[in-house]
Amino acid sequence: MLSSPASATTREPDDLLLRFFRAARGVGCRISPPESMDAMSAVAAVGYADKARLRDALLLTIAKTQEEKDALAECFDIFFKSPEPRNLEEAQEDAEAADQSAEEPGGNESEGGSEQYGELARMLMSGDRGAVQAAMTAAADAANLSEIRFFTQRGLYSSRILEMMGMAQLEDDIAAQQAAGNQPQRLMNARDGLREAVREMVNDAITLYTREGTEALRNDILRNVPLNRLERQDIERTRKLVGEMARRLRDKYNKPRRKKNRGRLDTRKTIRRNASWGGIPFITVWKQKRVDKPKIVALCDVSGSVARVAEFLLLFLYSLNEAISDIHTYAFSGRLVDVSEILDGNAIDKAMQEVMKTVGYGSSDYGKSFADFEDNFMSGVTNRTTVIILGDGRTNNLDPRTDILRRISERARRVIWLNPEPRFAWGTGDSEMPRYQPYCTFSRPCGTVRQLERVVVDLMEMDRH
Amino acid sequence: MDSLLDPATAIEAVDRGLAEAGYIASRQISTAVFLAQRLDKPILVEGPAGVGKTELAKSIAAWQNIELIRMQCYEGLDEAKALYEWKYAKQLLYTQILKDKLGEVIGQTETLPAALARLHDFGDIFFSKQFVEPRPLLQALEQKDGCVLLIDEIDKADAEFEAFLLEILSDYQITIPEIGRIAAVTKPIVILTSNANRDLGDALKRRCIHLHIGFPEPRLEARIIETRVPGVASELRKKIVSFVHEVRTLDLKKLPSVSETIDWARVLLLLHTSSLSSEVVRDTLNVLLKYEVDMETVTPQVAELIDKAERAFVPG
Repeated sequence: MLSSPASATTREPDDLLLRFFRAARGVGCRISPPESMDAMSAVAAVGYADKARLRDALLLTIAKTQEEKDALAECFDIFFKSPEPRNLEEAQEDAEAADQSAEEPGGNESEGGSEQYGELARMLMSGDRGAVQAAMTAAADAANLSEIRFFTQRGLYSSRILEMMGMAQLEDDIAAQQAAGNQPQRLMNARDGLREAVREMVNDAITLYTREGTEALRNDILRNVPLNRLERQDIERTRKLVGEMARRLRDKYNKPRRKKNRGRLDTRKTIRRNASWGGIPFITVWKQKRVDKPKIVALCDVSGSVARVAEFLLLFLYSLNEAISDIHTYAFSGRLVDVSEILDGNAIDKAMQEVMKTVGYGSSDYGKSFADFEDNFMSGVTNRTTVIILGDGRTNNLDPRTDILRRISERARRVIWLNPEPRFAWGTGDSEMPRYQPYCTFSRPCGTVRQLERVVVDLMEMDRH
Repeated sequence: MDSLLDPATAIEAVDRGLAEAGYIASRQISTAVFLAQRLDKPILVEGPAGVGKTELAKSIAAWQNIELIRMQCYEGLDEAKALYEWKYAKQLLYTQILKDKLGEVIGQTETLPAALARLHDFGDIFFSKQFVEPRPLLQALEQKDGCVLLIDEIDKADAEFEAFLLEILSDYQITIPEIGRIAAVTKPIVILTSNANRDLGDALKRRCIHLHIGFPEPRLEARIIETRVPGVASELRKKIVSFVHEVRTLDLKKLPSVSETIDWARVLLLLHTSSLSSEVVRDTLNVLLKYEVDMETVTPQVAELIDKAERAFVPG
């Protein structure tokens, strides 16, 4: 059934697929056992003969989103690329050239010792690409190349594979030739080519197999890095991470908003529902209690170091879309403006730039900003609103206007203060946190992705009981 | 379909069959349909609106010459509307008619337990297949010759409904508590479509072959137009396709889809247009674009886009 003349390898196809699944998991495809079984039967159905078809079949059965398809296509190309020693062709041409030149008198390299060469050297000199390739794959198998975990193991695996292929003997052969006064240039070229090919093979294996572990490790570290100290190159990755977390939360909290309240009959609805058969209650309707989705008003300090955290908080909240019924966002530094519209229309990174342009990078004035809020937007706060304030509470020694915060907290269902600084820094210098805290339902440090996640989970849980 | 055919021939057969039904499929689409038949798996089709997701199901039905059963999903769709419902009125009517008969049967017994035992002997007459009103899913399972079951816009239904579909998707059977399990007579070909309004659950995705249909390549789209709007001259067809292709590179709210291209080609045919001039394009742009904002973006660029489209080479 598995006709595989064009297949690059002679090993068990299933084993090959299993390794491919591992590589695919590394690029972010979640492959469950039934899916891998499907993929196997799909591959059995289309065969290995046509690479494009094989690729289509795997993409159809394994990848379940467009992003996964792109990543998997790339992974497929690396995986089914067959390793080849690059210098072999040259070696072969050289061999032909050398044959010709050997016939001419005064050829500079004697081939007399060829029959004393070890197996590997003979294989390389014969220029048989297929044989070399097969030997490489076999050695890679024996060295368990697919078990490679960290990029630091590159040297270890390369030398192990070369060892298995008989590198020692090859070196001996070269040394023997040199000792005999010959300059076995072709053999040395072929050796270098082989080394390079093996290194490349190991590199590909690293791309394929270590990504899973490295990725998990890196994400774990990123979760705990203070957001305002994030390196530029990690920002994109953290965005993805936050997006992924939000997706999970959204799936979880998108579930039924009604609690079944069996036990209390809704008489009116029951009569209406059963009107068509003369009011005989075939179908009973029970009273249900609606569970509210959180309504959020977010006030974000976007001055200086808090801006980055604000970006991620907003990214988180806006990625939750269906799980939250209503969200209004106000940004402030020196003054406060409504930025909901900007955030609704754009991708978060673009939107943040826009917000920054509108609000400016001034130093923060909490008192003035709160006053702005009370004057213009207080009507949006009702007894069902959760007000989230994100800021370090550093008022630059201006009036903190705690009275306004008190009034907000009286109107709102709850006020949550998120502070990117660690708790021990609250109240030091110009931080007015201790004076704000009494008016907050609770306040939390919120400087890392992990803390952010915890806050959002709590937020989603609160209205469900 | 002959399962002994080798894959290349079989996929080609799918391709040809769909083409006969008027559907020009890309290689991925044909492969997906082939795999769905071979592995008995549903296909989940995702992609932007108007690229022919629903059309695919219709064409498979036309090609295989089997019934198409369509279930449009919407918010609040539940199993009573999707699977089956009891015919309450009929049950009620029958109890009334049979009242006297029941009296006769039970009347002969002396004690209450005896009457009850007697009633039991008749079984669940009122909860039998006769009183079941089959809805699309049940209908699909009952088709003797098989059918194409199209579950359209699954993303519009609630997440719970998705979970409810799992049994039918993986085992081609459903359970009605009062009657028992009903398995498919012939396994239907199931096509689910989604516009990605919300992320579908992993459990659902796991049970399906996932096919993403994007905007087609110009060559493929030209073939689609050729099949759908046969009257358009090949020169104009190429220009239409490459113009639409250029429009898709712009940053628009809603990119024109294949269905819009087809509509536009039809309109141009009706207007007896032989070549694309800025004027004609500007007048008919509302067929291609569905938002005022998009019109405002494209209108000033029409001449430039036509120029670009002229230069772009569309083979075939």
